[in-house]
Amino acid sequence: MCSQSLTRVLFTKQSNLKWCINTINNRLYSDKSVKPKKTPLYDLHEKYGGKVVDFAGFLLPVQYSDMSVSTSHLFTRSSASIFDVSHMLQTNVYGKDCVSWFESICPVDLKGMANGSSSLTVFLNNNGGIIDDLIVTKVKEDQLYIVSNAGRMEIDKQHMQETSETYKKSGKDLTVEFLDVSQRALIAVQGPKAVTSLQPLTNIPLADLIFMTSTIGKVAGIECRVTRCGYTGEDGVEISIPADKAITVTEALLQNSDVKLAGLGARDSLRLEAGLCLYGNDIDETITPVEASLTWLIAKRRRGEANFPGADIIMRQIKEGVDKRRVGIRIEKGAPARKDAVLKNEGKDIGKVTSGCPSPSLGGNVAMGYVAEQFKKSGTELFVNIRGKDVRCVVAKMPFVPSRYYIKK
Amino acid sequence: MVLQRYLLSATRQCISRRRILGSLRQTFCELRYSYSSDSTRKYTDRHEWVVVEKDIGTVGISNYAQESLGDIVFAQLPDLGSEIKAGDECGALESVKAASEIYSPVSGTITEKNSEVENKPGLINTSCFEKGWLFKLKLSKPDELNELMNEEQYEKFLKSDVDKDH
Repeated sequence: MCSQSLTRVLFTKQSNLKWCINTINNRLYSDKSVKPKKTPLYDLHEKYGGKVVDFAGFLLPVQYSDMSVSTSHLFTRSSASIFDVSHMLQTNVYGKDCVSWFESICPVDLKGMANGSSSLTVFLNNNGGIIDDLIVTKVKEDQLYIVSNAGRMEIDKQHMQETSETYKKSGKDLTVEFLDVSQRALIAVQGPKAVTSLQPLTNIPLADLIFMTSTIGKVAGIECRVTRCGYTGEDGVEISIPADKAITVTEALLQNSDVKLAGLGARDSLRLEAGLCLYGNDIDETITPVEASLTWLIAKRRRGEANFPGADIIMRQIKEGVDKRRVGIRIEKGAPARKDAVLKNEGKDIGKVTSGCPSPSLGGNVAMGYVAEQFKKSGTELFVNIRGKDVRCVVAKMPFVPSRYYIKK
Repeated sequence: MVLQRYLLSATRQCISRRRILGSLRQTFCELRYSYSSDSTRKYTDRHEWVVVEKDIGTVGISNYAQESLGDIVFAQLPDLGSEIKAGDECGALESVKAASEIYSPVSGTITEKNSEVENKPGLINTSCFEKGWLFKLKLSKPDELNELMNEEQYEKFLKSDVDKDH
């Protein structure tokens, strides 16, 4: 989750220069008549030399002037970075029927989750296709907190609105509240030093806040929601902050030299190394969780009940298999494969890359894509066609870089 | 102590030598710029540059382009002997955040490619006008140079294009 369609626009700005940014996907946002919104941290991006672009309708930095994308990437893996993710849609849901409503649109086992715990899940359509990926937190039995993708904001809003209205008509108790970017900011603090930098500023005992749990507490004197999650593969938190205090909290964290600001560029290469999907590239409405190698998102209890959207198709796929599967792809040497590069075996097309980039942590290149089922095994040698040349690549286990989530054993 | 003094004087010498060399180079560049129109750097609106000496053009990308791309990790350069037309895609540069095709500013036959850049693509970032050149070609239509922008026009182009965006 917390993934983004970075846009294709970065350089196309400049005349007819044909730069093609990997993850950047301009389809939804080519409408130039809509003015991009500023996040509550916009002034901070300006102050720290952020190279700001229109991303999913928001003005966000690709990188900051003090570091290149790969330096910033490596800094996140060795220290800690703050990402402005205020563009993502934050939603509160209240009412005693919120859990059963949410389970009617997602395959998650919310009933079985403890209060204060979070889970990655997906909105599904009736064909089992993924409408969006998101993180849901069960604040308590009658309250949920949801973070979903900016690039799917309007669609997610409509989906939640329509399904909740229908639900309410049958006499259920439920209120859906979308938080506007002008009200609420969200930052991700990610990296091995994220928590050590945050602890002196908060009254939350972070040693108790394990991966995928969430709580309210003071950060730099401001009441915030802190969730132990992120989208880089590193330990870290996401902090939801009242908009007018977002700069105060972020600046307080930046006082520590272990922490630097990072942009969309590093966020994309980090999530790719961590094997995490980018909505619009790696998953979309035509792809089911089974094809996306996200079968684990279909909770065990829910499989038995088979009452989530598209359950018939998804359950059949779990049982009988699928034609294509999302896999990791490693290219040790040569050009990185980008979105839409064709994957080949013995001269035949067997799949397509959905995102890829050079790997700052490992060297060489990493990518993910879909291959025909018989090629999904890691170690399978394939070719990927890059600008007319077939380059050797190999199906690889994901995450490419081991995750370092804070999991109590 | 002696060693220290030696190092110190060596450093000093080195610095002063570099200064002389630096100023020589500057003068040479200035001369070249003012008196020889053949070797002036010309730019395309796709951010490549070309410098022509006799009938051989050297091609690279502009400072703006290398900054936009960020750390370049892979350079695919055209094969020797291939004939290309102005505007033809003839290679590509890849950084963590972007891929960019290279388009030839002029028509001609490739005579040389910078193998040092293939091995160490970062040279394009650290020295886009000198060590980071990409390929050389024998011009087949030297008149095409007149279509390209000079330094001043290119600067203006960058500015106007950026202004348009904001």
